[in-house]
Amino acid sequence: MNKKQKQVLRRILVTAALLVLLHFIPVSGLPRFFLYLIPYGIIGYDILKKAWKGILNRQVFDECFLMAVATVGAFALALTSTGDYVEAVAVMLFYQVGELFQSVAVGRSRRSISELMDIRPDTANVEIDGELTAVDPDEVEIGAEIIVQPGEKIPIDGVVLSGESSLDTAALTGESVPRTVRPGDEVLSGCINQSGLLRIRTTKEFGESTASRILDLVENASSSKSRSEDFIARFARVYTPAVCAGALALAVLPPLFLLLSGRDPRLGDWVYRALTFLVISCPCALVISIPLTFFAGLGGASRCGILIKGSNYLEALGKARIVAMDKTGTLTRGVFEVRGIHHAAMEEDRLLELAALAESASTHPIARSLHAAYGKPLNLERVKDVQEIGGHGVMATVDGRQVAAGNEKLMDRLNVSCTPCHTAGAIVHTAVDGQYAGHILIADEVKESAAAALTALRHAGVRKTVMLTGDGDSVAAEVARAVGVDEVCANLLPEDKVARVEALLGEKKEGETVAFVGDGINDAPVLARADIGIAMGALGSDAAIEAADVVLMDDDPRRIATAILLSRKCMRIVKENIVFAIGVKLLCLLLGALGFAGMWLAIFADVGVMILAVLNAIRALFVPKETA
Amino acid sequence: MKKTYKIDVDCANCAAKMEAAANATPGVAHAVVNFMLLKMIVEFEEGADPKAVMPAVRTACKKVEDDCEIFL
Repeated sequence: MNKKQKQVLRRILVTAALLVLLHFIPVSGLPRFFLYLIPYGIIGYDILKKAWKGILNRQVFDECFLMAVATVGAFALALTSTGDYVEAVAVMLFYQVGELFQSVAVGRSRRSISELMDIRPDTANVEIDGELTAVDPDEVEIGAEIIVQPGEKIPIDGVVLSGESSLDTAALTGESVPRTVRPGDEVLSGCINQSGLLRIRTTKEFGESTASRILDLVENASSSKSRSEDFIARFARVYTPAVCAGALALAVLPPLFLLLSGRDPRLGDWVYRALTFLVISCPCALVISIPLTFFAGLGGASRCGILIKGSNYLEALGKARIVAMDKTGTLTRGVFEVRGIHHAAMEEDRLLELAALAESASTHPIARSLHAAYGKPLNLERVKDVQEIGGHGVMATVDGRQVAAGNEKLMDRLNVSCTPCHTAGAIVHTAVDGQYAGHILIADEVKESAAAALTALRHAGVRKTVMLTGDGDSVAAEVARAVGVDEVCANLLPEDKVARVEALLGEKKEGETVAFVGDGINDAPVLARADIGIAMGALGSDAAIEAADVVLMDDDPRRIATAILLSRKCMRIVKENIVFAIGVKLLCLLLGALGFAGMWLAIFADVGVMILAVLNAIRALFVPKETA
Repeated sequence: MKKTYKIDVDCANCAAKMEAAANATPGVAHAVVNFMLLKMIVEFEEGADPKAVMPAVRTACKKVEDDCEIFL
């Protein structure tokens, strides 16, 4: 609690104590009135002051004004007829309790979310004349050297020059396993250096670094408003004046009618009901809880590595029923690796060694995956007479043996009969000294969590999943079978993907949205075209962060379902709060107008609904358990 | 031009009023108040000087909500 809040708390306690005390003091008439003015003044002086200033500034429909009119009116009624001074003081008291609670709750969640997003350090360490000096990171130029000590956060993106350490990337990706970095590795700002001293050459300016960009994104996110928030703003604009008009009508019309029809107008009664109306009229439960829900939802999402660019996207994401996905990099790892060696005529390792050496001069992705699988340094002296045949493969002399590695066409050319492979992927057939020596299967690997991700999507209410890929039918079909998508579209060019997504957009029903998930490479137009574009593993890729509406910081496809569930939960809370708050208010208005509810109930309804709605809103901060 | 200012305000409704007041100030193209982050993001009109416009915004906000502050 800050100073202001503590002061309000003291005033509340003093007023409550005075009310109890006055209850036991046997005075009546005017002295009693003046005695009750003391607690009223203590608890309500700032409200009265604000109301007065509001009138001067022509801001009449202000909650302070309403509270002032209601309580002053209650005092006047008590003085003239009922003698119940407690009511006016209590209404002011509970109003202040509600305001205090709201301000504490908002402050708490504001703090917990900003702590969460506290990934950007305020200083960078540079060496000046051999001494470590902390400087403003804005002043560090690209290519400068910065030093990050253990326990510190990296302020600016860069490349490690010296030092070895493990980095905690949890704040960026939600991934809890630390990453080891060595000289030459790229490091992102926002990571926490856990063990060793790192010397880093910066590759970006502070403002362009990952941590700054993420913070900007999150801050702008809660500034763009959703339809629900707009609705609340419009509702509040109409609601307060409408209730005030209702109160005025209630105070004037029925007594007038009664008077004209020759009966007792019971003016006091009707004025009391009108004042009750005014107490109920404050729409604060709605006005505070809806933005708070979205704020908590966006904060909770960023805590687990899901950046949503605005509450309008959160709204749309919750309605996603059709999800189209890119294959490479989304469902598969996007890295080609040796998956198997079949029908080898010698030791498998030896075959791999021969093939890797034969391909040693090549930089083709397939050659590189052979090198990677071999894993040892390539001794080029063992390789002679390398002959590359475009579209076929290579032939070379390795350790004095004739090695050929390539596709079926190469084998045909050498008159070697080869055994076809039944698994989809790129196949490298080999022949050694003119004899078939088996083939090596190279394929992209399906992500371990891909199948679980698809199941989770279905549990999250997605009715159709579609995989889009530029790859051939056999590879596409196999991945589709492994992960279990509903529909596959293979052989697509990038522009075909846009067309497919447009077809899906035509297919969706009212109130549904189509999401597209890609890794941001080559699919920026598709990300932009879909209702919601989700970029995966996008850290460091500016284009993807720019084009997408939702950015998943790590590359686990299960996060898609988490994001949808989280959005749905958030929207559910928003709806609950709208219905609950408006419902209770309308009920109290009705009861108040009919004379069943007094001011006590009115203020309880106002403050109680607000407290419950705020508590409900804070639930959005917690990520649904099923997939987290 | 777009600039972000730190603000202090107590309630969400007051923040909405500040937003409306800022938007009505000459020289402001578009203003958004983020109550949760206590920030005001102001986009200025072409050629408007933030140093001249912001005091006017502050006065306008003070008028609708006495208990607010914009840190310039």
